[in-house]
Amino acid sequence: MSLVLEIIISICLLLGAGFALVGSIGLARLPDFYMRLHGPTKASTLGVGGMIVGSLIFFSTRGEGVSLHEILIAIFLFITAPVSAHIVGKAALHLQLPAVERTRGLSAINRSDIR
Amino acid sequence: MTPSTKTQDTETPVSFWRRCWPRPVLSWLLWVLWLLLVNELSVGHMLLALFWAWLIPFYTHSFWPGVKSLRRPWLALKFLSVVVWDILVANWVVARLILRPADRLQPAFMLLPLDVQEDFTITLLASTISLTPGTVSADLSIDRRHLLIHALHVDDEQQAIAQIKQRYEAPLKEIFEC
Repeated sequence: MSLVLEIIISICLLLGAGFALVGSIGLARLPDFYMRLHGPTKASTLGVGGMIVGSLIFFSTRGEGVSLHEILIAIFLFITAPVSAHIVGKAALHLQLPAVERTRGLSAINRSDIR
Repeated sequence: MTPSTKTQDTETPVSFWRRCWPRPVLSWLLWVLWLLLVNELSVGHMLLALFWAWLIPFYTHSFWPGVKSLRRPWLALKFLSVVVWDILVANWVVARLILRPADRLQPAFMLLPLDVQEDFTITLLASTISLTPGTVSADLSIDRRHLLIHALHVDDEQQAIAQIKQRYEAPLKEIFEC
């Protein structure tokens, strides 16, 4: 494997890992539940995306044919991640978890037809 | 999601071909999916994939709600590339937002008035909103006319709502509902 390919793969992996790290940092340090919800949804898009592209290039250039089944990981993640985020958010609203006070539009979640 | 009672099969005369392949698009998807799963392109696996593509829709098609046909494939492709681009750009923006002091963030709940009515289109819109970083769809009002969105940081709610409507909802409506 050539050096150029190795550098490209490394950049993809580092980028993916970097976004996953930022997502985790967000999960740990943002002040309320609803804001923390944003962290994991980030990690699952570009974070996993970067690693998938890295893996795709690595296994496709080893001379054993093209490897495409990494795409499946991306497809399944892109289908399931928003659904789970929606359900988790809905559960939090149902439990009336507090949001930070400066959040705008708090009146919206108290409407009877929402909860 | 409530089970849809109106199925198209009872209204129109069903051809033999259609009865064997109740969901052609799903069958194609399953065929490609199987070949991706085994990660090899051989005649044997193509035939096996064809078998799955026939069997699975055949046995599950009564569970599927009335599926909208894709009216404008090219618009769908354009929409997909817009979403992918937005995910890439917004990831950088949100990464910066997360790393700066949290007390400078202005989170907000926003109600998005829905123009799209079909379950399938609302699901796609809600998923798109959650996938693009910075916004998460959190709830749907009981009458299905409003989507509750939580945003990590907004300066102007009206503008954010207008942008979502124009960038994601309008194309989806055009592609699936007209």
